[in-house]
Amino acid sequence: MSLSSRLAAAPRLAVALASASLISARLPAQAASGPAHDFTKADVEFVQGMIYHHAQAVIMSDWAPTHGARADVATLCKRIALSQRDEIKMMQQWLLARHLDAPDPLGMMPGHTPASNDTSGMAGMNMPGMDMSAHMMPGMLTPDQMRALDAAHGSAFDHLYLTGMIRHHQGALDMVATLFHTPGSGQQPELFSFATDVDAGQRAEIGRMQAILKTLTPSPTQ
Amino acid sequence: MTPRPAPFRSSLLLCAALGILGAALPAASRAQSDTTDPRAHLRPGLYDAGEAAKGLKLVATVKKTDDFHPNDPGGLTYANSDLAFGGHYVYQGNFSGFQVWDVSNPAKPVLADHVVCFTEQGDPSVYGHLLFVSAENGGSRLDCGTQGIPDSVSKERMVGIRIFDISDIKHPKQVADVQTCRGSHTHTLVQDPNDKSVVYVYVSGLAQVRPSSEMAGCSAGDITDPNTALFRIEVIRVPLAHPEQAKIVSSPRIFNDLAHTPTHGAAVADTANGAALVQARGFLDAIGMPRTATAADSDKATHLIAELIYESDTTRSRGLIDSLHTLGINFPSLSGGNRGPSQCHDITVYPSSGFGAGACSGYGILLNIKDPAHPVRVDAKADSNFSFFHSATFSNDATKVLFTDEWGGGVAPKCRATDPIDWGADAVFTLTGNTMTHAGYFKMPAAQTDAENCVAHNGNLVPVPGRDIMVQGWYQGGISVFDFTDPAHVKEIAYFDRGPIDPIKLVIGGYWGGYYYNGHIYGSEIARGLDVFELTPTADLTQNEIDAAKLVHFDILNPQDQPKIVWPAAFPVARAYVDQLKRDNGLSADRLTAIEGELESAQSAGGAKRTATLKKLATELSHDEQGAGDTKRVQLLEGVVKGLETTKS
Repeated sequence: MSLSSRLAAAPRLAVALASASLISARLPAQAASGPAHDFTKADVEFVQGMIYHHAQAVIMSDWAPTHGARADVATLCKRIALSQRDEIKMMQQWLLARHLDAPDPLGMMPGHTPASNDTSGMAGMNMPGMDMSAHMMPGMLTPDQMRALDAAHGSAFDHLYLTGMIRHHQGALDMVATLFHTPGSGQQPELFSFATDVDAGQRAEIGRMQAILKTLTPSPTQ
Repeated sequence: MTPRPAPFRSSLLLCAALGILGAALPAASRAQSDTTDPRAHLRPGLYDAGEAAKGLKLVATVKKTDDFHPNDPGGLTYANSDLAFGGHYVYQGNFSGFQVWDVSNPAKPVLADHVVCFTEQGDPSVYGHLLFVSAENGGSRLDCGTQGIPDSVSKERMVGIRIFDISDIKHPKQVADVQTCRGSHTHTLVQDPNDKSVVYVYVSGLAQVRPSSEMAGCSAGDITDPNTALFRIEVIRVPLAHPEQAKIVSSPRIFNDLAHTPTHGAAVADTANGAALVQARGFLDAIGMPRTATAADSDKATHLIAELIYESDTTRSRGLIDSLHTLGINFPSLSGGNRGPSQCHDITVYPSSGFGAGACSGYGILLNIKDPAHPVRVDAKADSNFSFFHSATFSNDATKVLFTDEWGGGVAPKCRATDPIDWGADAVFTLTGNTMTHAGYFKMPAAQTDAENCVAHNGNLVPVPGRDIMVQGWYQGGISVFDFTDPAHVKEIAYFDRGPIDPIKLVIGGYWGGYYYNGHIYGSEIARGLDVFELTPTADLTQNEIDAAKLVHFDILNPQDQPKIVWPAAFPVARAYVDQLKRDNGLSADRLTAIEGELESAQSAGGAKRTATLKKLATELSHDEQGAGDTKRVQLLEGVVKGLETTKS
């Protein structure tokens, strides 16, 4: 699906204004956030980009049960999928409250009917909207890497998943660093909290994944 | 919230060991949140939401000051945050300042003053005439303005600890701003047992490191950089008579050698029985040997990997990885580059025990704080069910420490029926010597909706003698009071909850923290204001136990600076123990009835008769101890009775 297909309520004007200059882009919020600390262009790009970034992590993690992931890897996958789905929802809400484009690559927003609930169909990234190559953010897997992951099973999946997700998470940390290095950005309180949490939470998760990676062995049922 | 969000250099070893343990728990056997609980389906509303309560009575609720937009919830700009207590005042932090409530009459809190000063998160602590406030957001200004800061390098920025003089509660004065490289997400007041003229503040900051062009000396270097602002906490020393001289006096590197912890015991066993070799072969099969490799190469690689499996990032392991490279095998680096554990989210100190507990991203860390300016890490534990170690509370006898997991950062709904009951929960560890051992979990048991941010958050001990009871805020999951005396079987005993603020959309709100202070429980509601509660008797908590808790009084209370609870020798304390002996069948019913009668006649008598009755009772109790089901509690009761002998009236 395309990025703007469900954005009836998103006037492009706001984005255009936001892009005008960093200072004038400190627009008042539509929501309850009060008069100060609203968003910059970099804030909006961060949130929109992070939705695609998270969406790929969710797709990868949802494969665990069908790809013979080891129990601890499957648990990790479940946590990542649960957490990042919630965060996508929160990011969409943040954008919509400001009348901005809210990407919905996983078809999670109300009124959306996914073409199929069969996540295995996402395998080759051939489903509409599943090819995110137009929205590659730091650390995201290429369509070829995604196909390789989807073709893998058991400990090969575990290995590709973990190495891929560690890189993926490091990319998220880079996105956070870029946001905070952009003058005036990352100060809107919900966004500051979220970006700081992504930094802290994914840092912790990288440590956990490196630990699991060290113990990888093929599952006995293979 | 990540708003106390949470936040490392990895001790791969610890992680690995615990990761395996966690994975061994069968997911199917886990209990789920209860969708039939009265809290699960409450009417939504900002000020008219449905309420459910057990063992807690709401006695007062007051909205935020108009300057903090009480009718415009959502977002965090004017979110209420943590609480501190001093005398008859409650200090309530807010992302944009603070409010001071006069609770001389807890049923009628009166706003004594408020200050608008954007900081995020604005967690407060109070000591004497000083109020300390955490500032973290890059838009936080020296002049307290709310307009933000457009420049990446600015002399206007204030992230760190703001210090106010509150001698005149109506006119707080800003007396110092202690700037730090990573700001202050939370902070912990630490009293010096040997010097009453100073206090220390431990600063936990999660934000990105400021550029050195803005604050000299700030570096985001990796762990090998002695000046890096990562991998450390800041310790501020505050001379009470001269708070303007407050400054950072040390920056303990409490994460430093986490990656070099000695090999875990299990690993030795695995290596001894050859399991490590089996695992190594499996690993090699998974990643594949280079096509040109010989059988001898494979064998050599297998042994190298077997040695590496339980090794952390050490000089030795790097050598092993180099050897694998020469065989054409790319073993992943164990160091994680510069991405390791680098900060705590929050630290709770318990000075009378000499310990502090740091909730630090993927680790719960035990600190020795006997020298308050130089805390030293003595243990660190990971937990595979934890997303993010957030905060900590010690049991009063310091034999247990409870850590919270702020999965989702406090802004996400993590108490849905579909969310695992061990995730976003509390984990209780037993504490023996310098070692923490995981014993159990507790999660507020009622299922919540998609529209309610909910996860374990802040709380403190309810001073009921003879039991470990804690009150805790769960954001929109309400307030929960639970007993963790038996750490493997934590039990909820009281609660209060409201329906979601909004029926559909998640509007951030709920309890940042729930704290017991001098007889009442105070809940800081992010969106709705301040709530005051009283405990009411139930089968799980008697009036005598509630009355005994009310005997405990503190002049100030900063929940992250945990005070030792000491109960006076008083009749409600004795009766609380009697009630507990009834509850756990710790002594025969006949004996307990007789003891109650003797306590009654002692209390109504005076002088010599009273002393004689108590003496007789104490002697009987020393005989009761033999053969009692709960000897320890009978001894506690005997101790109070002996204390009463020497207490007037």
